Amino acid sequence: MSLPAAAQQVLNLLQQSPGFEGRNRALLQLGNQLPSFASEQRNDEDLVPGCDSQVWLRCERHAETLQFSASSDARLIRGLLACLLLRANGLTAAELALLDWPDWLTQLGLKQQLSPSRANGLNAVVQRMLLLSQAI
Amino acid sequence: MWHNDFPALAALAARGITYLDSAATAQKPAALLLALQTYLSQGAANVHRAGYRLADEVTSAFEACRDDVAAFIGAAQRDEIVFTRSATEAFNLLAYGLEAQINAGDELLLSPLEHHANLLPWQQLAARRGAKLVWLPISASGHIDMAAASALFTPRTKLLAVTQLSNVLGTLQPVRELCTLAAQHGALSVVDGAQGVVHSSVDVRALDCDFYVFSAHKLYGPDGLGVLYGRHHLLNQLPPWQFGGEMVLQVSRDSASFQAAPLRFEAGTPPISAVLALRASLAYLRTLDRSAVAAHEALLLQQLKTGLDQRAGVRRLGDSDAALVSFVVDGVHHADLAQLLDEQGIAVRSGQHCAHPLMATLGVAGSTRVSLGLYSQAADLERFFTALDNALALLQ
Repeated sequence: MSLPAAAQQVLNLLQQSPGFEGRNRALLQLGNQLPSFASEQRNDEDLVPGCDSQVWLRCERHAETLQFSASSDARLIRGLLACLLLRANGLTAAELALLDWPDWLTQLGLKQQLSPSRANGLNAVVQRMLLLSQAI
Repeated sequence: MWHNDFPALAALAARGITYLDSAATAQKPAALLLALQTYLSQGAANVHRAGYRLADEVTSAFEACRDDVAAFIGAAQRDEIVFTRSATEAFNLLAYGLEAQINAGDELLLSPLEHHANLLPWQQLAARRGAKLVWLPISASGHIDMAAASALFTPRTKLLAVTQLSNVLGTLQPVRELCTLAAQHGALSVVDGAQGVVHSSVDVRALDCDFYVFSAHKLYGPDGLGVLYGRHHLLNQLPPWQFGGEMVLQVSRDSASFQAAPLRFEAGTPPISAVLALRASLAYLRTLDRSAVAAHEALLLQQLKTGLDQRAGVRRLGDSDAALVSFVVDGVHHADLAQLLDEQGIAVRSGQHCAHPLMATLGVAGSTRVSLGLYSQAADLERFFTALDNALALLQ
């Protein structure tokens, strides 16, 4: 399946931004594009367990497709979340279930950069996305 | 200076890792590796039971560590030293052992600086017995306020549980004064020495505490081993809390009698290789000039504090006295900083440091903690500051 346009933009940006500084500047920039909601709208039931820093995640269905939004106080984490959400938004639940997340992170050049604990945190977000996509 | 005595540091350097998380666990001296290699390659045997020479040799070496630990912290007697699986287990042993002495309405005096290990056993004991936790106030610098503290001791105070050196703020606490106050009010005193024993010479009799707890792995020793010191008569008033082999005198089908302390608290096979390894670490530490170590650590601490203070937006939490500093940066989330420091090979602790109530008291969601060991070097801090500047250039 072809990449959603927003996901293609994420891929282009990160591939054009190598190195410590470039990659992290790109992630900070992506953090501003995260589909998000205000901190006042955070609910405990939206909190993703298993993250080092607090992340709130929601899912809505527009026709057949999923629209995730997330909230976090940490700017780089928001960038990482954007990498996940912009890849997933617009997919159907069936498409999301088939998505190869390790491959996506490898394409973005993030696989090697993430510490195991941060990778676990992202994995917790992915698991929550799958759970939410099946629940609604 | 003592850097070369710790083989892992060269391995970490080869991977580009700068280790500044010694308050979480310390790297191990070569002497420890040799002791483990020797024991495990020359023949393992269980302690305290078999009647053959190999087992006797291992038992002698194991019990010699008890003597060494007693001497290291100034205990009056060797049988005041109990080996546990961790410092956390030692606190739990105390909380269960003292349970019968705590009644509804009694007060347990704690500081908000406590690590969860010296908080949760007491919090849960209080909940089981209908007792109350009373909190010692701390000053802006992160020290227990003695003037306010003395007013909090009442006839209902049964126990004082305080840390000697905060694992978050690095502040040394007035433990001796507090233990004296506890004794005057007929309360028991428990001191968490997990950080304190690493960075100061401890004399439990001078501290005048009833119980003192630390873990081996922060003291350049092995993990899986904690130490509980208790005054002889107090230890023997505590009932055993775990039951099994080694801790019994006689067992019939329906009843049993138990050893005196310390063995009554060492049910099952103890961590023999860890005890032998700790003995080697203590022997290594005895070869060092501890005042030179303290001076070295003080110099590094000053370098760390000065460097942090020079950077805009960086705020230290409390005013550290020893070996570790926590800080926050205005407008920068500690998780983001942790990620960028990790990418640059800097190993520091980020988050709430197993001290949620303290972070709430300080009004911060989390912090970054840099902590030193005796093997830390000025160059480690220089690399940390370079990495910090790179990270803040992106995040600020």
